[in-house]
Amino acid sequence: MFRVTHQPIDLQKLVDYVTDPEAGAIVTFIGTTRNNNEGRKVIALDYDGYPEMAEKELARIGADATKNWPICRMAILHRLGPVQIGEASVVIAVSSAHRDAAFAASRFAIEEIKKTVPIWKKEVFEGGEVWVGTQTGQPLPDR
Amino acid sequence: MKIRVKFFAILRERAGTSVAIKELANGSTVADLWRELQKDYIKLDVPGIRLLYAVNQNYVSLDHVLKDQDEVVFIPPVSGG
Repeated sequence: MFRVTHQPIDLQKLVDYVTDPEAGAIVTFIGTTRNNNEGRKVIALDYDGYPEMAEKELARIGADATKNWPICRMAILHRLGPVQIGEASVVIAVSSAHRDAAFAASRFAIEEIKKTVPIWKKEVFEGGEVWVGTQTGQPLPDR
Repeated sequence: MKIRVKFFAILRERAGTSVAIKELANGSTVADLWRELQKDYIKLDVPGIRLLYAVNQNYVSLDHVLKDQDEVVFIPPVSGG
């Protein structure tokens, strides 16, 4: 399961999805939204995404992980739209016969998501906002 | 030929729209399309950022030759996770 969603993520649903009688380990990674970045107080986060391509890239990451490690099942769900501080913006769940593969595959997946999946985060600060990674947008307030 | 362009994130804000349809000469590339779009949307270029390019949901290079009805997206630096 490689999807984007506008709804809060149900962790148990992903765990259930990757549960497999062949597996001896399930690793989950939860990326959560932080209330500060580079010394500024973050009020709100808003994710934009190119849904069709984002899901295609997530599935590609899953296929690459399956080639690289002996994993049983994998699921990735990424939020789009406004995400409250402290909520999960992305959840990765991986099962494997032995724990090393699941740990490695989940680490690989989050690093790849940050490089290739067309999803963009806007951080709204007190007095400004920025599309993370573009260093433009509305001017940021002084620290 | 007709090309469908979708804008996201900072480029959507700069273009002031999510979608554009462009009529281009046969043989036009992604680079040609980007040049044409900058005439329509003068604030589209964001200095100092590196764009990637997708045609029909696959990453391509700037010299990729477009076909009629292609869907093109210019991808500013991603920041998911």
